[in-house]
Amino acid sequence: MRSALARRVAFFVGLAALLVIVTYQVDAFTNYNIAGIAIFATAAAGLTVLTGINGQLSLGHGALMAVGAYTTSLLLKQRPDLPLILTLVTAIVTTGAAGAVVGAAAARLRGPYLAGATLALAVAVPQIPIHFANIFGGNQGLSVPPPIPPKALGSNFPNERWLAWIALAAALLTLFLLANLVRSSTGRKLRAVYDNEVAAQLAGMDVARTQVLAFVISAACAGLAGALFAYWVGITAPTGFTLALSLQLLSAIVIGGLGSLFGAVLGAYVVVYIPVFTSTVATNLNLSTDIANNLPLAIYGVVLIVAMLAFPSGIQGGLATAGRWSLQRFPVLRFARQRLTGPESITHATK
Amino acid sequence: MRTFLILTVSGITNGFVYAIVALALVMIWRATRVINYAQGAMGMFTTYIALYVISHGFTYWLAFVIALGSGLVLGAVVERVLVRPVEARPPLNVVILSLGLLILLEALAPMLFGGQIRSFPAPLSRVDLKVGSTQLYISPFDIFTVGAVLAVMALLVVFFQRTDIGLRMRAAAFNPEVARLLGIRVGRMLTLGWGLAALLGALAGLLISPAIFLYPTNMDEVLVFGFTGAILGGLESPAGAVVGALVIGLVLSYVGGYLGSELETMGGFLILIAVLMVRPQGLFAFGSRRQA
Repeated sequence: MRSALARRVAFFVGLAALLVIVTYQVDAFTNYNIAGIAIFATAAAGLTVLTGINGQLSLGHGALMAVGAYTTSLLLKQRPDLPLILTLVTAIVTTGAAGAVVGAAAARLRGPYLAGATLALAVAVPQIPIHFANIFGGNQGLSVPPPIPPKALGSNFPNERWLAWIALAAALLTLFLLANLVRSSTGRKLRAVYDNEVAAQLAGMDVARTQVLAFVISAACAGLAGALFAYWVGITAPTGFTLALSLQLLSAIVIGGLGSLFGAVLGAYVVVYIPVFTSTVATNLNLSTDIANNLPLAIYGVVLIVAMLAFPSGIQGGLATAGRWSLQRFPVLRFARQRLTGPESITHATK
Repeated sequence: MRTFLILTVSGITNGFVYAIVALALVMIWRATRVINYAQGAMGMFTTYIALYVISHGFTYWLAFVIALGSGLVLGAVVERVLVRPVEARPPLNVVILSLGLLILLEALAPMLFGGQIRSFPAPLSRVDLKVGSTQLYISPFDIFTVGAVLAVMALLVVFFQRTDIGLRMRAAAFNPEVARLLGIRVGRMLTLGWGLAALLGALAGLLISPAIFLYPTNMDEVLVFGFTGAILGGLESPAGAVVGALVIGLVLSYVGGYLGSELETMGGFLILIAVLMVRPQGLFAFGSRRQA
């Protein structure tokens, strides 16, 4: 077990080093998108733990991201010089607490009731800043100053690269912690509750507590992502946190494959790059703005539908199937895999 | 007192629209154990179709009928093409599928009909009536809204209680296996049920859009309020759904009028949570706790 942890640490450190090199090679726009992928990956990974692993569908994660974003923006409005780490931690704690409240209610709800309640949350929350406009800035929202790179990095270190570093650090740390969590005994409890609630109860697990825990963890991730989202967009306004954001996150975890953290990252990549891709297509084909602006949403919709009809296990599931097939065909790969990951790495079958 | 009367009337009128959405949700829930989260979006889309017909010089009433008809077709197609194949899979799949449809319709509407907020016509005046010198707080369109919903409810009662096909639909929803053994084409009944539900959703869109304007997400809140009403009524009982939706309409009208219209959605959310926590089987239903 210890060696598995060491391997995981090595993997994440190596990945971080690689990504830092990448941020030096690419232009500012790509760095900006890398930050976006990292932000969506953070939120999607949290949602994966809740929905894919613990089986609680939340359509309210956009609203939880709003809690994180508004926490950060309000803090910065009061004290613009507040260190970044402090605003992020406050956002995590606040949103985690909000998640505990929602989770306590959610633990008593199943299936369509849970989805309906979180849907109501997603529709309700963006109206709050409009009503209390004197605090939250109403429809105009609150502006967020971009994080300034420290002097030690040199005077012409680009803001986008610094933002990408922050977001990547947050995403990698989140993914590392969640990867450990899902392989721990707590992670097995989360899964057991999804797979068979009655059996989990009979085995002595406190089902409700496990579900609230999943919600808090997931909300904390959403809060962190929301705080970073505020920096990324530069303005925190109700239009940024509509139901569409929640559905985008859901699309990300379904595209990647429900229940897989790697899938959440893939999904985040797709969700960030679909708008980039469609705006290029729209410019080239001279499409009207009505079409160009809504094309990404239409694609998410089609993807969700097609995924449910044809590929319920998403990209990650498809890759896993291809992987198993090649392992069977080429024994040398199987040997290499055992040397690399050890025999204990078992992937959870997607339901 | 005047404010109170105005809010009461508008609350009841809105409540009847939510009731139609609640009925549509209950109808599908009883037949397929699915909540159609795209119910509102489908109504939004058919309202855009109505506006398209009107903008091409045809009368409101033709557009009205076309919208209802396209709702029927849209619902039937959705059931047959999208829902049927995933019926046997875990319930999460159908939920995600209907959310996919929701987001797709909300994207398609502005792509096809333009993204700006549009006003949608009412067939009758929306100015409050006056009898002699007494000011009433109800407009002809309000009366039309309530009347249309009541008429549709009466038709549904007759349809389900008095007609052969209504009886078959009830049988198919109550016990699909036995119904199938008795020679009922359960699949067709489901398709028809989804079609009828979508027709109700189309009616809701036509009735609410003059007041709230027409834009791609205009039915999101209506769906949430209809859902809350249905939950309040127990999700199993059509009568309960109607009563629940009327209660929601009234309460939210007071919340909106006295506290601020932006708080209506939060009010709806809090009522929903309170009902689910305190009396999850709904105010009007008796039975086991929900574990769907």
